[in-house]
Amino acid sequence: MTSPGTPLLEARNCSLRFGGIAALTDVSLRIDAGELVGLIGPNGAGKTSLFNILTGVYRPTEGEILLEGCPVTGLAPHRINRLGMARTFQNIRLFGSLDVRMNVRTSFIARLRGGLLEVVRRGKTFRSEEHEIQEEGRRLLAYFGLEEAATLPSRSLPYGDQRRLEIVRALATRPRLLLLDEPAAGMNPTEKEELKRLIARIREEFGTAILLVEHDMKVVMGICERLVVLDRGAMLATGTPGEVRANPKVIAAYLGEQHGEQES
Amino acid sequence: MFHSSKALIRNPRIALAAGIGIAVVLQLCGGLIDPYTTQVILFAAINVILAVSLNLVMGETGQFSLCHAAFMAVGAYTSALLTGKALPALLPHLSWTGSSWVAQLTFLPVLLVGGFVAAITGFVVGGPSLRLRGDYLAMVTLGFGEIIRVLLQNTNFVGGARGMEGILPATNLFWAVGFAVLTVYTMIALVRSTYGRGFQAVRDDEIAAAAMGINTTRVKVTAFVIGAFFAGVAGGLYAHAVEFISPEGFNFLRSFEIIVMVILGGLGRPVGVAIAAMLITLLNEWLRDLSQYRMVVYALIIILFMILRPAESLGPLLARLLPGRKPAAP
Repeated sequence: MTSPGTPLLEARNCSLRFGGIAALTDVSLRIDAGELVGLIGPNGAGKTSLFNILTGVYRPTEGEILLEGCPVTGLAPHRINRLGMARTFQNIRLFGSLDVRMNVRTSFIARLRGGLLEVVRRGKTFRSEEHEIQEEGRRLLAYFGLEEAATLPSRSLPYGDQRRLEIVRALATRPRLLLLDEPAAGMNPTEKEELKRLIARIREEFGTAILLVEHDMKVVMGICERLVVLDRGAMLATGTPGEVRANPKVIAAYLGEQHGEQES
Repeated sequence: MFHSSKALIRNPRIALAAGIGIAVVLQLCGGLIDPYTTQVILFAAINVILAVSLNLVMGETGQFSLCHAAFMAVGAYTSALLTGKALPALLPHLSWTGSSWVAQLTFLPVLLVGGFVAAITGFVVGGPSLRLRGDYLAMVTLGFGEIIRVLLQNTNFVGGARGMEGILPATNLFWAVGFAVLTVYTMIALVRSTYGRGFQAVRDDEIAAAAMGINTTRVKVTAFVIGAFFAGVAGGLYAHAVEFISPEGFNFLRSFEIIVMVILGGLGRPVGVAIAAMLITLLNEWLRDLSQYRMVVYALIIILFMILRPAESLGPLLARLLPGRKPAAP
């Protein structure tokens, strides 16, 4: 287990460059177990890039990423997931040809013990494993109110439910840190309220730490304890929602510099 | 299709035993079936194995492979060398005819060895090339298929371009139909499991699959290796059915023919693919009388098939007749 003081996730001076374009410059981030951190910034600030280096989609050009003190920099995405980090995507990436319950079941593949032969033989290990997975999948879907939809094709779900299913699928990998990439995008106000409740429930029930990328200030300010602001690939500010809201640099980044103030 | 999956999960042995029972009965009634019909059934069974195994790679895992015939060639040549040279040399005093008990007893290990060698080849090819996607993978597999063919063509030990003749006629209805049933069962059992959903997850969205902890490269290589194994077995059956093999018989046109079966049957529908494989085998036979117009009519019928997709709709219909289906299922 984590010794007190070791952060759950630590990114140290991470940079990501594509040729001459710097997507991220010297970004450091620290998330403690069970924390809910919001990551905000204007379009193109590098929020998704930061997600991608944390989850192994890209390898940072410079810097180091530690998960519970262990270096995970540049590991393959599936390895990072197995170490306890799961994510959702900005544009929904469900497995379109699979039904809702199968989408959740895929998250258990990494933990399967029985080999291929066991699957083909339909042996004892296979049957007990399938049974466990089925039960746990059902429990998760029921907890998030998706049990009615279990056998529907994932594509046929309403938009908000698709987002929810993506979160359930990520949670099924039993992460200690869940990264949500714009979960409220495209949601109507009712769905957004529901999402806020959902995030609160995840923390209560599963104790999962959450890093949340979100454009919707109402959602972010309402639920996050701490905010990290990115602008043009660099850290601009960090602090409580109140502090960030009052920070002149943040206001400038979002609304533009205020000129002509020296008139007097 | 979903309901029959439950039946297969609960009592898979029933389905498998029924299939192998059919193979045994066919073999026992072998005397009643004329040699021509027998051969058509053999070809149909071999094509079912080829198409259903390619379906795992193309249909379920979504990887476009153009070298299935090459794996078939590896299996065919390996097993033909075993029965033609290695085994008679090892056990020279025994009688080696197609139906002799030594030949029949050793045929199972011979086919499996052919499959394993093909699987190893699949691993060697798949390991590096499956990191590629789409068109690139298609090109690499096309190239690999040609490499195998040219290698065989230039190896005098296996007859070069002349091929190998006088192969032991050990393939009979039992082995061919039995392996076809085993292949279809294995593929369905494999895909309809949590493990097997990994193939489809990789097909649907590789990035998301990796983010859910699935080792996507490993899943793709696994599919490729299993597909190659069964193609190798089919190659062994084929070699010992026609008694003559040459490199030309395993060129990319043969691979295309298998791909047509998979697409006709519906990607990712093993039962439909098996039906399509049988239909195309029959079609090949029916059109023999048309001599020079054969390929024209063949192409036209394939186009018609593609539009109407009879196998795709026949598949679920047939799957419903499988044993163990709950009658009241919605």
